[in-house]
Amino acid sequence: MTYLPKPKFRHPSIEKNALGLTHRDYEGSISTLCAGCGHDSISSAIMHACFELDLPPHRIAKLSGIGCSSKTPTYFLGNAHGFNSVHGRMPSVLTGANLANKDLIYLGVSGDGDSASIGFGQFAHSIRRGVNMVYIVANNGVYGLTKGQFSATSDKGAKLKKGAVNTDDAIDLVTMAIHLGATFVARSFSGDKKQLVPLIKAAIDHKGPAFIDCISPCVAFNNHDGSTKSFDYVRAHNEAVNALDFITERAPITADYDPGQTQQVKLHDGTSILLRKMNADYDIHDRVAAINYLMKHDVAGEIPTGLVYLEDEPGDMHDRLNTVDRPLNELSDADLVPGSAALAKINASLR
Amino acid sequence: MAIESVNDFVVRFANVNGSGSASANLLFARAVMRMGVPVATRNIFPSNIQGLPTWFEVRVCEQGWLGARGGADLVVAMNPQTWDKDVASIEYGGYLFYDCSRPIPASKFREDLTVIGVPLTEICNREYNDARQRQLMKNIMGLGALSAVLDMDVSVIEALLSEQFKGKQKLIDANLKALAIGRDWALANLQCPIGLRVKQADGVGDRIYVEGNAAASLGAVYGGATVCAWYPLTPSTSLAEGFTSYCKRLRGDAETGKNKYAIVQCEDELASIGVVIGAGWNGARAFTATSGPGISLMQEFLGLAYFAEIPAVLFNVQRGGPSTGMPTRTQQSDVLACAYASHGDTKHVLLFPRDPGEAFEFGALAFDLADRLQTPVFVMLDLEIGMNSHLTKPFAWDDDRKLDRGKVMSKADLDSSRDFGRYLDVDGDGIPFRTYPGTHPSRGSFFTRGTTRDAYARYTEEGGPYVENMQRLLRKFETAKSYVPAPLIDSAGAAARFGVLHYGSTAAPMDEAIDMLRKQGMQVDVMRVRGFPFAHAVDDFIASHEKVFVVEQNRDAQLRTLLMTEIGASPDKLVSVLHYDGSPVTARYIARAIADLVARAETPAKEGALS
Repeated sequence: MTYLPKPKFRHPSIEKNALGLTHRDYEGSISTLCAGCGHDSISSAIMHACFELDLPPHRIAKLSGIGCSSKTPTYFLGNAHGFNSVHGRMPSVLTGANLANKDLIYLGVSGDGDSASIGFGQFAHSIRRGVNMVYIVANNGVYGLTKGQFSATSDKGAKLKKGAVNTDDAIDLVTMAIHLGATFVARSFSGDKKQLVPLIKAAIDHKGPAFIDCISPCVAFNNHDGSTKSFDYVRAHNEAVNALDFITERAPITADYDPGQTQQVKLHDGTSILLRKMNADYDIHDRVAAINYLMKHDVAGEIPTGLVYLEDEPGDMHDRLNTVDRPLNELSDADLVPGSAALAKINASLR
Repeated sequence: MAIESVNDFVVRFANVNGSGSASANLLFARAVMRMGVPVATRNIFPSNIQGLPTWFEVRVCEQGWLGARGGADLVVAMNPQTWDKDVASIEYGGYLFYDCSRPIPASKFREDLTVIGVPLTEICNREYNDARQRQLMKNIMGLGALSAVLDMDVSVIEALLSEQFKGKQKLIDANLKALAIGRDWALANLQCPIGLRVKQADGVGDRIYVEGNAAASLGAVYGGATVCAWYPLTPSTSLAEGFTSYCKRLRGDAETGKNKYAIVQCEDELASIGVVIGAGWNGARAFTATSGPGISLMQEFLGLAYFAEIPAVLFNVQRGGPSTGMPTRTQQSDVLACAYASHGDTKHVLLFPRDPGEAFEFGALAFDLADRLQTPVFVMLDLEIGMNSHLTKPFAWDDDRKLDRGKVMSKADLDSSRDFGRYLDVDGDGIPFRTYPGTHPSRGSFFTRGTTRDAYARYTEEGGPYVENMQRLLRKFETAKSYVPAPLIDSAGAAARFGVLHYGSTAAPMDEAIDMLRKQGMQVDVMRVRGFPFAHAVDDFIASHEKVFVVEQNRDAQLRTLLMTEIGASPDKLVSVLHYDGSPVTARYIARAIADLVARAETPAKEGALS
């Protein structure tokens, strides 16, 4: 981390988005994570995505659990409310926040310990409940704040810095998320901003549980030979199924792609995703095939990345609960309190 | 001598769980009430779905005492499995009502009892072919016979049946027929009435008969709750289910058919309280309903809500602990677990309703208090209140009342450049202002965390701001004293040496116990505590009495501990009266214990005078 405060002035020609905001308006306070931490790249990708989508920062709520990853919401979107909750319990807090006000964008940031170990249950249930959220796991396979113990996403056979070998099987959150009913599932790598930023943009736009497993090497405890979550290892074994661009009306795609290799996926609100397929046979709409593909490549020691699964017309928890359009936290006394006349009827029925 | 009593006796129905007896039993209780005679009813049931014994106790009491009395004058013995125990439980000279279709050896009876045998199974088998109908109609037929021996006005039962099955004439006819068969058989073959009789009276007034859990859930509707997150747990389940059914009736949007509420059955209690805290943080009124084991699971989150100052409402329907304990029996044994829930220095606001009427009132109030004080508020029910129907004053609501959202800064407040510090004590009452997420593009955002921070919610690990914040939380707790419902005093008139302090479901038997004691010439003042932190009146009450008997339904005298630690009450002054076998405490038990203690307290003085 740095101790130098960020200067407040900005260059007059700095780029502005449709809201007249600059990148600086999407920043938070200075990161206290280790220099070179993958998590800071994720924060940066989130800021980029929000800037490019022209989102007013205060309409986003950022929630996290406990751990290095969960510290990051302090370091982006300073004008958004944030909630650093309890270890492994971000999903339930986010679920409650979402119930209270369906109009905000909910960004849940978690880690592999936070989501695959202590919070595995809440991860699972928030997804199967269909909460409209972007759930990002900064996955480094190791506990950082407690100085380098294995987490549940550490691969079997992976080595700690001091030589200890992991003998337990790893949990793959991507496969789990598809299985549990997430309607947008992706894996990315904090070292690949080109892939990560459009994924986050598409995930924010997605109405339903959007899950991104982002491998994010821990430079302090898990970036050595023998680690399967190091920068070198991930780069060498990264097997992208596709690359994508998230297209809004404001930013139509201009790049020229080979038509045989692209697929345009229209989304509900007029936006679309342009996929550049790396693997011609891969169908992002096929849930069963996706799980099959992930498991096959896992056995081969490869790390599939990209948009792995997408449901085009997802619903969310509020649809299932049939809640009113107005956020519940804006309902007035008249909406909520049935009054004395209704009570008199109830009294009469209890005599 | 057979017991003779009009409008003052206890009937206990001994049944098999799942046999369909509950509705006939309830019908009996409601019929007595419709005749203007107060009843106090209790379910005694095991942790079981079908097959194990259950009892339904109806205390008929024109004087209006609503606590459990203990003993039974008439047992309706429909369960062979518990026959011996049921027969043994009848008061001397009491009555035994049973199905005499199959002979029972004479040794199974007691000589002092009046035995009322009705061949219910035999009649049913003759009248009905269908097995389920035989079972259900047997219950109604039994009620018919009972109405005859107790001299009840059968038209009241007929009216209740017609109301219950309104619009289903076939069912009404079938039930009325069964009722008449039973009644006619009894009138023709038995000596009617027996020594126990129900006579028309005027003791019920406009009171309603309702379960505490249903009442509390209706309180949550009126308190403006929009989010309910819960996990099934006896005896709290019917509270969340009550909220669901009341919301369906009262909270639909007439135009769109959409819901002005959200109810989530969670994967566990950790998630339940997490959802509640997330919703509270985001400005919705949210609650969970649970019992002791759930409270244990929620501990970490409750510390977060206390420290990060997030409104939350918890209905704790207490049962016998520890561990799985006595899941279908009543206790007041979570007082300390709730008052000091979580690690670190924490204290929480507790409300102690006495019955369904206060469960409604406090159920609504809890949401105002949680928003006003920005902290978790516990409504401390128990199985006795929650899962039994009680006669209680009718629910009331003042249509001019506004929901108190507490100190929340709006966009306009923030635009006016008022200083906003999330944990800044601007009014000296320890309560800071908060903002809802999404209020303003550039002002009022803050980061909520369980770690330490300064008055402007900026992360800090400095000792100074930490201590300052913890002291402010104490100031806030002091403020809470004036917000929780004030204790109620029942004064003996003349300066009494002894006081009695109690709370929650002990109130009903306490009313009767105090009447017993005063009739014996014992003058005691009584205070019913209704909230924690304790109002200053509690200190004064203890100070002004030589001894104060603290009556509780737990082993460890938990409220007494709170009185000693929170207001420094002297242990010598506070004498415990404890009852914790899982049954609701009775007036007899309380009166006897207090009479003994008073006698003992007075003895040393006499000895002193003699020596």
